[in-house]
Amino acid sequence: MSKQKIVLDGDGVRRALTRIAHEIAERNPRAENLAIVGIHRRGAYLANRLQRQLRELLSAEIPLGDLDIGFYRDDVARRPGAPVLHASHIEFDVTARTVVVVDDVLYTGRTVRAAIEALFDYGRPERVQLAVLADRGHRELPIRPDYVGKNLPTSREERVNVQVRELDGHDAVTIASANGAPTP
Amino acid sequence: MNHLLSIEDLDRAAIERIVEQAERFAEVSDREIKKVPTLRGRMVLNLFYEASTRTRSSFEIAAKRLSADVVNFASSGSSVEKGESLKDTVLTLSAHKPDAIVLRTPWAGAAELISRWCSAAVVNAGDGKHEHPTQALLDVYTLRRHLGEISGASIWIVGDITHSRVARSNILAFQKMGAKVTVAGPPTLIPRGIEALGCEVRYSLEEITGADVVYALRMQRERMIESSLPSLREYVACYQINARRLSARQVLMHPGPVNRGIELSGEVIDSPRALITAQVEAGVVVRMAVLYELLAGTPERNPSQAPEPQLA
Repeated sequence: MSKQKIVLDGDGVRRALTRIAHEIAERNPRAENLAIVGIHRRGAYLANRLQRQLRELLSAEIPLGDLDIGFYRDDVARRPGAPVLHASHIEFDVTARTVVVVDDVLYTGRTVRAAIEALFDYGRPERVQLAVLADRGHRELPIRPDYVGKNLPTSREERVNVQVRELDGHDAVTIASANGAPTP
Repeated sequence: MNHLLSIEDLDRAAIERIVEQAERFAEVSDREIKKVPTLRGRMVLNLFYEASTRTRSSFEIAAKRLSADVVNFASSGSSVEKGESLKDTVLTLSAHKPDAIVLRTPWAGAAELISRWCSAAVVNAGDGKHEHPTQALLDVYTLRRHLGEISGASIWIVGDITHSRVARSNILAFQKMGAKVTVAGPPTLIPRGIEALGCEVRYSLEEITGADVVYALRMQRERMIESSLPSLREYVACYQINARRLSARQVLMHPGPVNRGIELSGEVIDSPRALITAQVEAGVVVRMAVLYELLAGTPERNPSQAPEPQLA
């Protein structure tokens, strides 16, 4: 029987994002060079919220984009079918900017690798930083986050699920245990 | 989907899936680097037994934007001129292990035939008078972008229906998308029994004002249609789409290349109602979506149906 444990509730998600926004503002005081890019799908919603907070903190409009990494997956030839793609929207020049890539969960690091590769097809960012709501470990690539909402020690058998209110009606980070059924 | 051989094989959901994916690919063409690594290491073989500029080049651009390798093989200047058969050519080229073969031939059914001879995914880029499915898909894509919704639209396909594989594929595709299709042209250029596909038939353009979309076909002089017509002048007088016949609320499409002054007058080609250049642009993104659909993911092809190629 599966058990689901809530590790961050709505309030916890809100506080984690606020803290990340402050850390981003602290490390990037020059707002004119900053841009935020979220990875589809939930990372894009989190990026949107971070961007709104940074607008307040830095009193500046930070360019916001979203990225679908389907084109850049390293397992295109290994998955059974062609994955469904979403459109990417990066309508500003990334060249010479510090781009903060936002995702919900950091796990193997392969998604982030694909996102970095995708980003470089739009130009040459000066710096790329990584913000994640949850870091569950088990990296398979030399990738580390710059901003972490919550570190979650997990086993590979566990599933970490992030819910965002824009898609799921509420915010939460949960862990489903080993033999757990997928969450609804 | 293992091959793209005809629109007849596709249902509405499959058509929608491909054109929706194509919309994602459109964004790639606007980037600084117009290329994504998705099909890196895959090989696409363009095998063309008929002259073609836009279809061949748009397949080539589509494959290259997805980082696939492209080999072009045209029948002129090749072993075909020395008498090699289609089967032997396909088996020989299969030795290079292409992942997809894009085939254009003057023979109806050739694409379906070669799909049984090789393990590659086969894309029909026009087989005689049979079908030209990627043209129909890019036309659906273009119309959806322009009208928003194809369902319920009235689409007139005008000209030489008999010799046109574009007409066959488009009648089927537009109808599957819920449009009402009418074909119009001289009786000698409309095959008897075409109503069986579900379209209406008109031998004059009197009622064309009711159409939302006018799709003119090329007068294919290389297929010797003159013998089916009193004269091209007569055709122009009765069936040319010109400013008098095309109203401001209608849009105009044409698969290209246009015979300016024959099936279309110069003024309508250059008018904002013409979607002809949008169709060409759509050609690349739709073919990207088709190659992606066929080549991404592990092949589902049943090995027993795709034997190791052997020279007969």
